Amino acid sequence: MVTAVEMGARQREISVSEFFTKNRHLLGFDNPRKALLTCVKEAVDNSLDACEEAGILPDVTVKLEIVTTGQTPVAPSQATRFRITVTDNGPGIVRQQIPRVFAKLLYGSKFHRMRMSRGQQGIGISAAGMYGQLTTGKPVKVISRTGPRAAAHYFEVQIDTKKNEPLVHENKQIEWHQSQGTEVTLEVEGRYQKGRASVDEWLEQTSIANPHVRLTYRTPEGERKEYPRSYHELPPSPKEIKPHPYGIEFGALLKMLQDTKSQTVAGFLAADFCRVSPALAEEMCKSAKLSPNTKPRDVKHQAAEILYKTIQVTKIMAPPTNCISPIGEKAILSGLYKQIKGEFYTAVSRPPAVYRGYPFIIEAGLAFGKGPEEATKPQQASVPLAEGEDQGHDTELARVIRYANRVPLLYQQSACSTFKAVLSTTWRNYGVTQSRGALPAGPMVIFVHMASVWVPFTSESKEAIADYDEIQKEITLALREAGRRLGIFLRRRERAASEFRRRNIFDLYIEEVVAACNRLKGGHLPTEKLKEQLHKIASSRTGGVKTDEALGKTGVGPEGLPHSIIVTAEGIEGETEIAQQSPVSEAEAPVAMPADSTPTRNAPRGGKRVVKPSPAIVKRTGVAKAKGTGGQQEMFAAEPAQAKKAAPRRTSTRKTPSGAAKPTRTRT
Amino acid sequence: MAQAKAKKNGIVAKKLVGMADVVIAAAQRAKDPTFEIPMRALSNVSFNPRKGLIEMGDKKQARSFFNVGMAKKFMQTMLVADALAELQQADLTTSLREIYYRTKHTIQDSHENTFDTQDESDPIIEDLEVSLVALREELHVRAENSGSIVGPVVFGDDGDRVDCAKLGKGGYSVPSIVEPEYLEIRRCTADFLLLVEKGTQWNRLSEDKFWRRYNCVLLTGNGQPPRGVRRLARRLHEEYKLPVYVLVDNDPWGYYIYSVVKQGSINLAFESQRMAIPKAKFIGLSSADPERYELPRNVGIKLNEKDITRAKELLNYQWFQKPAWQQEIKRMLTSGLKYELDALANKDFQYLTKKYLPRKLKEKDWLD
Ligand SMILES: Nc1ncnc2c1ncn2[C@@H]1O[C@H](COP(=O)(O)OP(=O)(O)O)[C@@H](O)[C@H]1O
Ligand SMILES: [Mg+2]
Repeated sequence: MVTAVEMGARQREISVSEFFTKNRHLLGFDNPRKALLTCVKEAVDNSLDACEEAGILPDVTVKLEIVTTGQTPVAPSQATRFRITVTDNGPGIVRQQIPRVFAKLLYGSKFHRMRMSRGQQGIGISAAGMYGQLTTGKPVKVISRTGPRAAAHYFEVQIDTKKNEPLVHENKQIEWHQSQGTEVTLEVEGRYQKGRASVDEWLEQTSIANPHVRLTYRTPEGERKEYPRSYHELPPSPKEIKPHPYGIEFGALLKMLQDTKSQTVAGFLAADFCRVSPALAEEMCKSAKLSPNTKPRDVKHQAAEILYKTIQVTKIMAPPTNCISPIGEKAILSGLYKQIKGEFYTAVSRPPAVYRGYPFIIEAGLAFGKGPEEATKPQQASVPLAEGEDQGHDTELARVIRYANRVPLLYQQSACSTFKAVLSTTWRNYGVTQSRGALPAGPMVIFVHMASVWVPFTSESKEAIADYDEIQKEITLALREAGRRLGIFLRRRERAASEFRRRNIFDLYIEEVVAACNRLKGGHLPTEKLKEQLHKIASSRTGGVKTDEALGKTGVGPEGLPHSIIVTAEGIEGETEIAQQSPVSEAEAPVAMPADSTPTRNAPRGGKRVVKPSPAIVKRTGVAKAKGTGGQQEMFAAEPAQAKKAAPRRTSTRKTPSGAAKPTRTRT
Repeated sequence: MAQAKAKKNGIVAKKLVGMADVVIAAAQRAKDPTFEIPMRALSNVSFNPRKGLIEMGDKKQARSFFNVGMAKKFMQTMLVADALAELQQADLTTSLREIYYRTKHTIQDSHENTFDTQDESDPIIEDLEVSLVALREELHVRAENSGSIVGPVVFGDDGDRVDCAKLGKGGYSVPSIVEPEYLEIRRCTADFLLLVEKGTQWNRLSEDKFWRRYNCVLLTGNGQPPRGVRRLARRLHEEYKLPVYVLVDNDPWGYYIYSVVKQGSINLAFESQRMAIPKAKFIGLSSADPERYELPRNVGIKLNEKDITRAKELLNYQWFQKPAWQQEIKRMLTSGLKYELDALANKDFQYLTKKYLPRKLKEKDWLD
């Protein structure tokens, strides 16, 4: 038995460092690899949120450097300590706030607001600073400048772990090359490893869902990757709303009753919630057997419980939905197109819906294929196949990329509502193979985004979206629509391919047949003449013009495929405007040259200029892809990195006079 | 003999070259090159009760080059024709498998092989046999030697004298091509020929010198008799008037083997003329034997699904319509059991030689 006195002796304030160490798994610092990502994520999220709120198109640089303790350099995969620097062109932070923003836990501007933002994702930049401090002992370094006429301030701050208060080590005005913005430098213990759930993957996925951001990434190897801006409009700024009565939990209601400025319960209900008119508030009080004039602070216990239950059964209009800003079909298309090599892209934004009083919007996208070069490339005979071998059809599965409020979710995929919806969609209906209970197979990236003022996560670590029927339903509907469009595309492509095959097999076999005839005739055959005659018969049998139509070479855009892009060796169809705006490459070093004088780029920059009355097919030829750019990534590792370097993208194939593309197969 | 061979070669070679001419002529007239190939299927055979033979009908099937479904087969047909012509030129014989390897390669600039498995080239050789009306032997394609013969018969093989009465218990291995140009029958003094399904029983009979006591020729094809064995039986039957008795397991497969020996197969119906022995008799095992020879039930084997379906199919074949045969097959179905020849060993190792066959021959207990 323990007495209250003894217990009292043990009760004391828990220091923030203790709290942090105990809860690091909830905060995203479970292991060094994830911790590195979390730090990058907190800083980048803040930069993007700040830029967007201030109406600035974000331009963000992320730099990872290896910190060595000794003299000998270490390989990035061996390094245990990193310096993370994130720089933005945002509004900057006023001088007085800097220490608290970066060196006081749970200090932020977004926590209490019912407004869609990225900030909900983590516990904040100060937690990242805390992690750095605990693992390396180094302070957080901050440069911030609020405008060209303001001075740039440099800070070095740490947390007083006993009091949860900032300690300022250094504070001075400095010269800074940027006229505005913020730069944060953290030194942390971490691990850098490419692949699944890496910093690289997170940045790439961020760039897909945020095509209005220009992102530059300096890898620990010293490589510079550019994720160019392909969409030149800021997402509309989401409006702040009051909570909807359905979405409130009992505990939260009690707290609101205590904190409200209203004098009466009825006034409280009408003022602190959305969609509650004074009349409705009175009605609710009546149903809850409460005098509308009761002081909110006096509504406790039993009475509060009855009020809570009454709210749940009262018919209340759904919350307004203008507080959510979806990414939008055009921007999703733009993001997918610029980052993923494929043949077909599509995007679907669902209309707003509501779960538990929270409005939300589901968006889905698809990028399918290996890129037109891969698709139409005649198969190179590498090694002759032995008996029993086949052509190694890939059994690669689709990749799902998930987002909550534009932030990629990299962990706990299988627990996520979005992932479950992908699995339960019958992709076979859309011409994609799928084993029972598995992801669809094929070179495909499936994009799912949930935008909401409050994204329900399955756990504190905020990696997986919880199952709500309303959410599941919306995701499923979005995926079905995207799948339906994919099906149309695949059927069309299959038609074209089968025509192509027809032509091709005749071409292929004519060689063999003529050679056999020649040998039978003792080698005295005018083989060229015979080949020519046979080729003529072949093309008359495969119907020239009709085949061109089926092959999609007539320039007719994709029918019944809204918000989609189709890429063939001949060019781009569909939302060509978006495709054109996507810069395919950025120069290795920023060369001071006006964009207009770059002859290879026909995409207008900055703005919604309407491209000339579009010939549905836009040729994009001769655009060399510079080394190290973050432009379309090889998601499917189809070609060796080597070949990728200098190869012109989407070059047109050789043309015959009739305009039909000839397979680039050479004959001897 | 050498001359006859050369002449035959000339004819076959011409026919093969003619296939190239079909392609060239069609190309000149801007027509789709097409071959007519007689169909090798149940729908294109009929049983001629007068001759006791399965005969091929005249249904044909077109094989065109510029047809997506047939293009590859057409190309393969030309490759096989080419390989066969090469054999004629060099005067060599070869196996089905070697033809497959000879014609297999990867088509230039592709991942595609001309042939993926031998299953693709074998039927094409049969196609050519029927469309060119050339026997497989004339095409210089041979099978494995997988038959044995022993008894009072003397062959001339490449000038060597082979006396099958003096080859011990192993006998002479029957070559796959036994046409007179390749194998000469110099003498045969036997009274009948016994064609045994399985090597085991043939060995038993040979070891026991059954052939000497009953003055017969013992022949086996180790299962379904290959063409060489069937053709040799037919020649001995025709040229030396030997009655032929067939000894097989008592199961649907055994009945089928007997029927192929007797009236030819569906697949190679066009060869029945030359291979079938309409007068061949079925000596055993009959479904009546277990009772007559008191074989215990426990040496029988339960008919499986496949056996039952197969037996029912046989009941419908025109050549099994004789009442005795209907009774024979139905009796098997009623008993639900099949018996292997090997089961006779249950009574005595030499039961086959000493009791079963002597009694069968004495009682003339066979089916026609
Ligand atoms: N790069 C930045 N530019 C401008 N303001 C920033 C930046 N980083 C942080 N802030 C401000 O500091 C606050 C605290 O950030 P943080 O601790 O990450 O919490 P949260 O993002 O959840 O609000 C933000 O709400 C924002 O007002
Ligand atoms: Mg934050």
